[in-house]
Amino acid sequence: MGETVKEIQKKEAATPEGVERTRPRKVYTPAVDILERKDDIVVTADMPGVDERSVDITLEKNVLTIYGMVEPQFPEGQRLALSEYGVGDYQRAFTLSEEVDRDRINASVKNGVLRLVLPKAAAAKARKIEVMAEA
Amino acid sequence: MLWTDWGRYGRVWDPWQELARMDRTFSDILSPSTDREFPAVNVWANGNEATVTMEVPGIDPQAVDISVAGKTLTVRGSREPGKTGEDESYHRNEHWYGSFSRTIDMPYLIDQNKVQARFSKGVLQITLPRAEADKPKKITVVSE
Repeated sequence: MGETVKEIQKKEAATPEGVERTRPRKVYTPAVDILERKDDIVVTADMPGVDERSVDITLEKNVLTIYGMVEPQFPEGQRLALSEYGVGDYQRAFTLSEEVDRDRINASVKNGVLRLVLPKAAAAKARKIEVMAEA
Repeated sequence: MLWTDWGRYGRVWDPWQELARMDRTFSDILSPSTDREFPAVNVWANGNEATVTMEVPGIDPQAVDISVAGKTLTVRGSREPGKTGEDESYHRNEHWYGSFSRTIDMPYLIDQNKVQARFSKGVLQITLPRAEADKPKKITVVSE
């Protein structure tokens, strides 16, 4: 019934089967935009509270995992009066296809938004394929 | 008008409360509150100062409009959607964009001159000190 409203609340990430998390911190799934451009794919992930030192990007086999760590800021001497969102780490994993050039992946963080540029490998850029009639 | 019923059960029984409770229960089931206001805020406070934090990644900090009037704090801002050129297409588009406006009532009057706002790593943090005139004064009792 609430589907007409865009889902803007934070979603907790599901723990993968058989894997435990050792940090006592909640983990959320960041919202991402994936934009495919002519020569590359740009992935932007909303991770407020994360800067370039606290984000961890790993590429293992075909899976790209982004993990952002957030240190909660508690103002000194004040008590929490209203809490509408939780603070925690961010994690999301993507499976990359062959068309990404792994050596030239580029990442930057600005204002809590992680921007990953995944250049397409030369071979994957669109090629016209000639169709020949079968004799 | 329904009068609250004193005494019969030894405590005040308010029929309106029962009705309100039923209404809340049903409306929570039928339409869970996905229409919560955006952006979500956390408010910290003690007797002298309050801090409001909200997570708004990707906005332009110069374009945020924060105003304080009496006990009320209003924060307004906007975020541009990503632009696409030719040959570009979105596979996923989950980011929020557009303008937001949030009004929060503080428990006490705020000193407008001392309000500070910091935007760091996508989190906007606003510090609101209590107005001097509003602070309670201790009154000592002199015993005769």
